[in-house]
Amino acid sequence: MNSEEGFEPVILGFLCNWCSYAGADLAGVSRFQYPPNVRVMRVMCSARVDPTFVLEAFTQGLDGVLVFGCHPGDCHYMTGNYQTERRMVMTQKILREVGLSPERLLVDWVSAAEGERFASLVSKFTEKIRELGPLGSEAVFEKEELVRRLKASSDALADDRLRWLVGREKELIEEGNVFGERLPQEEFDHVMLESIRREYEKNRILLSLGDGALTVKEMAGRVGLSTREVLKNLVVMEGEGLVTVSHIEGSSPKYIKTGG
Amino acid sequence: MSGELVEGSDARIGVFVCHCGTNIGGFLDVPDLVEYSRRLPNVVYSKDNLYTCSDTGLTEIKNAIKENELNRVVVAACTPRTHEPLFRSVCREEGLNPYLFEFVNIRDQCSWVHMREGEAATEKAKDLIRMGVARATLLKPQEEIEIDVTQCTMVIGGGVAGMTCSLSLANQGFDVKLIERESQLGGLLNSLHKLYPNNEDASRLVSKLKGDVKKNKRIDVLISTTVSNIEGFVGNYDVTVKHGGEDEHYKVGTIVVATGAEVYRPEGLYGYDGENVVTQLELEQLLRDGGLEANSVVMIQCVGSRDRDRPYCSKICCMNALKNAMIIKEVNPESQVYILYRDIQTHGTRYEEHYREARENGVVFLKYSPERQPVVEDGTVRVFDELLGEELILPFDLVVLSAAMVAHPDVKDLAQMLKVPVDESGFFLEAHVKLRPVDFATDGLFLCGCARWPCDIGESISQAFAAASRSSVILSAGRVVAEPIISFVDEEECSGCGLCEMNCPFKAIRVEETERGRIAKVIEASCKGCGMCGAGCPQRAISMKHFSDEQLVAQINALTGGGL
Repeated sequence: MNSEEGFEPVILGFLCNWCSYAGADLAGVSRFQYPPNVRVMRVMCSARVDPTFVLEAFTQGLDGVLVFGCHPGDCHYMTGNYQTERRMVMTQKILREVGLSPERLLVDWVSAAEGERFASLVSKFTEKIRELGPLGSEAVFEKEELVRRLKASSDALADDRLRWLVGREKELIEEGNVFGERLPQEEFDHVMLESIRREYEKNRILLSLGDGALTVKEMAGRVGLSTREVLKNLVVMEGEGLVTVSHIEGSSPKYIKTGG
Repeated sequence: MSGELVEGSDARIGVFVCHCGTNIGGFLDVPDLVEYSRRLPNVVYSKDNLYTCSDTGLTEIKNAIKENELNRVVVAACTPRTHEPLFRSVCREEGLNPYLFEFVNIRDQCSWVHMREGEAATEKAKDLIRMGVARATLLKPQEEIEIDVTQCTMVIGGGVAGMTCSLSLANQGFDVKLIERESQLGGLLNSLHKLYPNNEDASRLVSKLKGDVKKNKRIDVLISTTVSNIEGFVGNYDVTVKHGGEDEHYKVGTIVVATGAEVYRPEGLYGYDGENVVTQLELEQLLRDGGLEANSVVMIQCVGSRDRDRPYCSKICCMNALKNAMIIKEVNPESQVYILYRDIQTHGTRYEEHYREARENGVVFLKYSPERQPVVEDGTVRVFDELLGEELILPFDLVVLSAAMVAHPDVKDLAQMLKVPVDESGFFLEAHVKLRPVDFATDGLFLCGCARWPCDIGESISQAFAAASRSSVILSAGRVVAEPIISFVDEEECSGCGLCEMNCPFKAIRVEETERGRIAKVIEASCKGCGMCGAGCPQRAISMKHFSDEQLVAQINALTGGGL
C-alpha cells in the first residue's frame, strides 16, 4: 500500500433520481459539508447502472465508484435496487479477481430525506479510498497489466453468461426453478463465484490471443495461470468455438481466436 | 436549428453558468468556469448569469440560441429536480427540442457542500460541466408521450384536510373518491373542543364539512376503508382498497394524501394516567363535556417533542395550551393555570397577541430546561424555574401534557405503495419545501395537512386548497405528457431470451414471436424508464432513450479524459 502524500481521489457517483439524488440535494440545502472528490451522474434508477459502466470508470483510472439507490422496499421502480445490489456485489467479486480492493465500489441506500446520511457516506467513502491510495496501489503488478485485467473483467461483464446468471438470481433463490426447487444463497454464491472466475479467465486468455497464435505455456505466462488451468479453459473454449489450434510448433499446438 | 439533425461534431453547445446570487458565485470562480466551458469541445458560446432562471437569464438563453445557432443548451446551476422543466420550456419556445438540454448541478451538490473549499469545488464544477457537455453532445431530440387523464382524484384521509380538499375539487367539477379508514369522517377534529384563534366550536366546523361532503354528488365517500395497493402513474392510477373484507378497484388520475397525524400517548411520562394526568386532547374532551373540576391546572409543554426520539417541534402545542388555559380561566376565573414551557412558539402577529393576553389574565409561565424536567408527584409538580433559578412546588388538581404530534405508524406502508419518501420522523416528504410544498416528487401525487408535518386547522385548510389546486391543474388539462425516457430494443441484437420480461417490474417489455424469431418489444405506455432491463440485458440489446449507454459512457470518459 503506497498511500501517497496529498493524494486526492477522484470518485464517480451514480445517484438515482428519486431518492439518493434528492438526498444529495438535501445535503446541499442543509449545507452539510463533505469532501469535494465525488463527481455525480444522475440516472433514473440505480438499476440503470450497467456493471460495465463501473468497469469503464476504473479503466478510465478513477479511484472509486459509488452507487446509491433508494432503500430496499422504497424503490420508485419497485425492485430496481434489488437488481442493483446483486449486480454490484457481482462487480465487487470480479474486482477482487482483478486484484483490486472490492471496497473501491460502494453500493448503499440513501432516501430523499437523508441529506446527512448522504454527506456522511460520501465522507467515509472518500476517506476509505484515500486510505487505499490511487487505483492499483493495492496491486502487485504493473499498470499495463491492470489495464489488461480490467479489460478482461469488463469483457466478462459484457458477455451474456454473468448477466444472465445475475439476472436470474432472485428467481432462483426466491421462486425456484421449474421444479419449484429453491437454490440456497450459499450455493448460488458458489456458482456465481465459479462463473466469475471462469468468465474472467476465459476473457484473459482471449485477450492474450489478441496479438497472434500462442502455445498453452505462453498463454499461461501472460495471464498468470498454471498451464493446467489454461488447458482446462481452452478445452471448453474450443468447444464453444472461441479458439482453435492454428498450427503445431515443435510439439506444442498454437492457439488462435476464431471468428470476429 | 429546431433540433432535427445535429449529433456529435455538428453539436453547437451553449453553456450558461449561474451565480445564483452569491449561492454559487460566492464560493466558485464563476468567470473561470465560463472561460473554461468555452474551450470545451463543441461549445460555441458560454456566459454567466446572475440568476439564469430570472427573466433576464432566460432571455439571454433565448437570444444565444438564435444568435449562435445553438442546438444544445447546458445550464450549470442549482438542480434539475426543481429547474429542469423551466429551462426545457425555454428551449422549446426557441424551437429547440427540450431533450437537447442538459443540467449540471453545481449548487446543491457543489457550492453549498464545499463552502470552505472554493478552489477544489471550482475544479469539481469544471469536471461536472465537462461531463455535462460530453453528454449534451450525444443528446437526441425526443418526442414526449401524451397520456389521457382519468378525471377523478382519490383523497386518502377524511379529516379536515381531506374533506376540504375533496370539496374544493368537487366544486370545480371533478369526481372525488374520499377514503377514510375510521367509521366516520372528521379525523382529529372530532375530538376537539374549540379552535384557536377565534374559539370557534370544532363541532360546528366538522358537522358543516361532513354535511357539505355528504350533499356533494361528486364526492364518493368510502368509510372503514383502507388502501391496499397502488399501481400506475400520473393520470392513470389503479388503486385497490379494502372495504368490509372485500377488495375494490378504482381508476383515478391523481391522489392526495391527507392521512393526518396522531397524538403521542405519553405512557410512562410525568405519571400519565388519563385521569389526573391527561393529554391536551383529553382535556379538550373534558372541556367539551363540562367535566372539568380543577382549581389548579399545570400544563407541561414539549412532552415527547424536541427530544432525542422526536427532535422536531410539534408546532401546535403552544397555541393549543394557551387557548385551553384561557378557556379554563374563563370558565373558572378563580382557578390557577401554570404553563411549564421550554420555549413559547407563538409564531406570527396574531398568535403572539394571545400569549400576551394569557399573561395579562394571570396564566403563570414557568421556563424549565430539558436537563431538569419537571417531576410530577402525588398532588404536586416540582419544577426548577430557569428564570428565577429556584425550584417551585406547585399543587395541582390536573396535569395536562402537551404531547407531540406523531406520524401514523402505518404511514410507511402507504409510502411504499405510493413510492414516495417519508422523513426520519415518519412524516411524508414533499418534492421541495419552498417550490413544491404540496407536491410529491412523483407526478400526480399531492399531500396536505398533518401527514406532511404537524399543523393547525387553518394551515390544514390552506394546504388542502393548495393540493386541490395542484391536482386540478392535471385533471383540467385532460392529458399529461410523460417523459420519453423509456427503453428501446435493438432488434438485430435481441436473442429473445426473455430475461427483461422476467425482471421488468411494470410488465412493460415482452418477448413476441416475429418473422425474425423471438424479439423483445417495449410497451411504451407502460415503461417507466428505470433502465433495469438495459443494464441487465445479456445481449446488451436494450438501451434507454435520453440515458443511452453512449451518453453515459461519454460522461464517464469525459471525467478523466485520458484513462489509465
